[in-house]
Amino acid sequence: MTVELSHYLILAAILFSISIAGIIINRKNIIILLMSIELMLLAVNLNFIAFSHYLNDLAGQVFVFFILTVAAAEAAIGLAILVVLFRNKQSINVEDISEMKG
Amino acid sequence: MSMESIYLTIPLASLAGAILAGFFGRQIGRAGAHWVTILGVGTSFVLSCLVLKDVAFDGAPIFNQSLYTWMVSDGIRFEIGFLIDSLTALMMVVVTSVSLMVHIYTIGYMHDDPGYQRFFCYISLFTFSMLMLVMSNNFLQLFFGWEAVGLVSYLLIGFWYTRDTAIYANLKAFLVNRVGDFGFLLGIAVILMYTGSLDYYEVFDRADSMVNATMEVIPGLDWTVITLACILLFVGAMGKSAQVPLHVWLPDSMEGPTPISALIHAATMVTAGIFMVARMSPLFELSETALSVVIIIGATTAFFMGLIGIVQNDIKRVVAYSTLSQLGYMTVALGASAYSAAIFHLMTHAFFKALLFLAAGSVIIAMHHEQDIRKMGGLKKYMPITYWVSLAGSLALIGFPGFAGYFSKDAIIVATQNATVPGAGYAYVMVLLGVFVTAFYSFRMFFLVFHGKERMDQHTKEHLHETAPVVTIPLILLAIPSVVIGWLTIETVLFGGYFDKAIFTLSEHGSMAAVAEIFHGPLNFVLHGFVGPAVYLAAAGVGAAWYIYLKKPSIAEQTREKFGFIYNLLDQKYYFDRFNEVVFATTSRGIGHVLWRLGDALVIDGLVVNGSARLVGWISGIVRHVQTGYLNHYAFVMITGLILLLGWAVLG
Amino acid sequence: MIETIVFYLFAFSTVVTATAVVTVRNPVHAALFLVLTFFTSAVIWMTLEAEFLAISLVLVYVGAVMVLFLFVVMMLDINIARLREGFVKYLPLGIAIAFIMLLLMLNVVTSDIFSSEAMLEPAAKAADYSNTKALGSVLYTEYVLAFEIAAVILLVAIVAAISLTMRKRSHTKYQNPSEQIRVRKADRIRIVKMPADGE
Repeated sequence: MTVELSHYLILAAILFSISIAGIIINRKNIIILLMSIELMLLAVNLNFIAFSHYLNDLAGQVFVFFILTVAAAEAAIGLAILVVLFRNKQSINVEDISEMKG
Repeated sequence: MSMESIYLTIPLASLAGAILAGFFGRQIGRAGAHWVTILGVGTSFVLSCLVLKDVAFDGAPIFNQSLYTWMVSDGIRFEIGFLIDSLTALMMVVVTSVSLMVHIYTIGYMHDDPGYQRFFCYISLFTFSMLMLVMSNNFLQLFFGWEAVGLVSYLLIGFWYTRDTAIYANLKAFLVNRVGDFGFLLGIAVILMYTGSLDYYEVFDRADSMVNATMEVIPGLDWTVITLACILLFVGAMGKSAQVPLHVWLPDSMEGPTPISALIHAATMVTAGIFMVARMSPLFELSETALSVVIIIGATTAFFMGLIGIVQNDIKRVVAYSTLSQLGYMTVALGASAYSAAIFHLMTHAFFKALLFLAAGSVIIAMHHEQDIRKMGGLKKYMPITYWVSLAGSLALIGFPGFAGYFSKDAIIVATQNATVPGAGYAYVMVLLGVFVTAFYSFRMFFLVFHGKERMDQHTKEHLHETAPVVTIPLILLAIPSVVIGWLTIETVLFGGYFDKAIFTLSEHGSMAAVAEIFHGPLNFVLHGFVGPAVYLAAAGVGAAWYIYLKKPSIAEQTREKFGFIYNLLDQKYYFDRFNEVVFATTSRGIGHVLWRLGDALVIDGLVVNGSARLVGWISGIVRHVQTGYLNHYAFVMITGLILLLGWAVLG
Repeated sequence: MIETIVFYLFAFSTVVTATAVVTVRNPVHAALFLVLTFFTSAVIWMTLEAEFLAISLVLVYVGAVMVLFLFVVMMLDINIARLREGFVKYLPLGIAIAFIMLLLMLNVVTSDIFSSEAMLEPAAKAADYSNTKALGSVLYTEYVLAFEIAAVILLVAIVAAISLTMRKRSHTKYQNPSEQIRVRKADRIRIVKMPADGE
């Protein structure tokens, strides 16, 4: 029994589903939400790397490289916003930030 | 220089003057403006005389040629072209000569006006428009000239645009003329529909087809097309030539500067309708009904408008009502198929009426813009030149034997007497009574202004003096033709076969032939006048005016008190203005109000404009609840969307 | 065989730790579990011969990003109880949606086009094959523009993060050299005329 491509894909799918469930059940904690997004990106990256390996094409890995870059930037800015938000509202509860309500 | 380029130069010289004075007025200055326009109109005048000589004495053939095709649509050619025949040539000389006089006169009259260049631009533009109108060889160009003179008239009545009354008057003139022009346009449309052409001669050739065709104007009432077309065209003429009931704008148009009253509202533009009917004589001759309408309307105007002139106190308004009355005479002549007499009267009238207006203007200048004749009197000794030319003009107007007006008016009266169309009898009585009325109001004004007590205030009196040569010279130049032109030209114009090629008369409409029968030279014609009642009526009018206003001024007052009803009727101009205000103005204001409320405010503003905005607002008011502002809601929606898309991609 | 064991072992721990990330009560613990998830994922990436990315995942993510997370979580004084509200209420919904999602995705990834017959195990690389070298050679040639843009994005992120969190300090004292140089005598010295003491 060897490891096939579909195993990696199934693992990525499971990771993705867990992060979706995380977003839904941790609907109030922005930090956990950000972490779930990181998890999601990890799942996507896993797919890219798996395909890159099985198709013998480095483009997938290059893409992962860029995703890591963007994800790092996103995390940095997201956390910066979080800090400013907390400084102003003394809270990171999603329900406390609804100024954009229509 | 070929004739064609001469014809082209005549209107374009005036236009060039107007453009230079209008667009470059500031650069060329006041003197530059009047020199350039006078040069332009002078050129037109000299060339017009040349054309007249060519047509009248050298017997040049009729020039009928299109110079430029604007467009061809469905076989109908829209062209600019000239038709130069005896009628056109005469009109060109009348228009350009009066216009030239007015140009010169204006230098003096408008001397202190800030709109000097603008004024010269307008009057030159007017000359151009009028020339285009009379020189046209098709209905399109006729209509262009027609509207262009209307536009310039509008601009000039409202020349002093800061006066409320001037704005009111020019709006009134414009609106009333729109009514007439609407009829005119419909008439052209009928002609175009039945003949498929806009060219005069092509239309005249095919006129027979309109005689037999009928048209249902209102259900159950069939009219022959030719009658309909002619009456519609005449509605246009009624507007432009101020015939009852579309005359109401002309007296008010006296709000404009006096030179304009002379040029446009006495001598030229108002005669456009007369000219047009004469030009359309091959059509009008074919419809007895139309001629009957024309003669009745003309007779009514001639008499009843003259009556109003008796009670007016504004010097210019008296002359204005006399213009209305004289236009009525011309219209009567048209209805009596005496087209040549109408044009002849048009010509003589142009000179003596321009003279009277300019003389009135001269009086107004001397009186420091006082126009009320009750505040004048005894001006004879202060303004001898104005006095004598006014006398000449008034005598010409009332038809004193030998003066210009006598020949034309007597020709009209005799022609009316011999006319056969229905209504001619009524018209004959009206024009005869009109002679008396004309003499009465003309000399009433003349005596009140130049004779009797000096009723002006002391200040004005001290400054009274004869006006400048730039004013009096045109007066004298106009006085000469006012006296002699009838004597000199009657034989040629009326009986020399001058209009044979331009005007068409059916042989059974023999009114002019009857005039010709009694005509044996001008001198004889003068003597013949004493056979008919007209001269005695005129003399009676003068005598009555003299008695009432000079001899015993108290009679006027007594009569006014005794016949208060009639006086009011005349003073209110038969309540035409009131009628128009109450019936047409109120109705259209009412309709406008309803349309504004229902159409504009409710449907367009309320339902369409604000309604759509409100609909969008209402929908977004519902949809905005989707925008909760909570991050998790958006995330949830995104996830749901993701699942749906995925499900659609995988399972679908 | 050993690869299979390694895969299953680390795949299992990845799933477990990822589940822990979204379910544990304390955000600090969640962050630590996420670190563990990244570690195990890095091992799986290793088995896929993506050595460079596996290492950079550990260095960049665990070393930088996750430390930043931990730092922020610990710095902020968070009321955990309020943040946990509705956790139990939404748990069934979360699980249901995750399950539907998983089923849909499995439907795709287990199809024949991704089977071992369709996607053969690639041939083993040569002994001196370097993943880093290969990646670098395409990154600096074919993808150099994207690489530069990524660099700019990082720079912008740095500037953004700093400018977002920077606060003006009101009590700091500093010198302005240009003002010091431009100073004139009149600015500093005032000559006061005083009457002599007249006693």
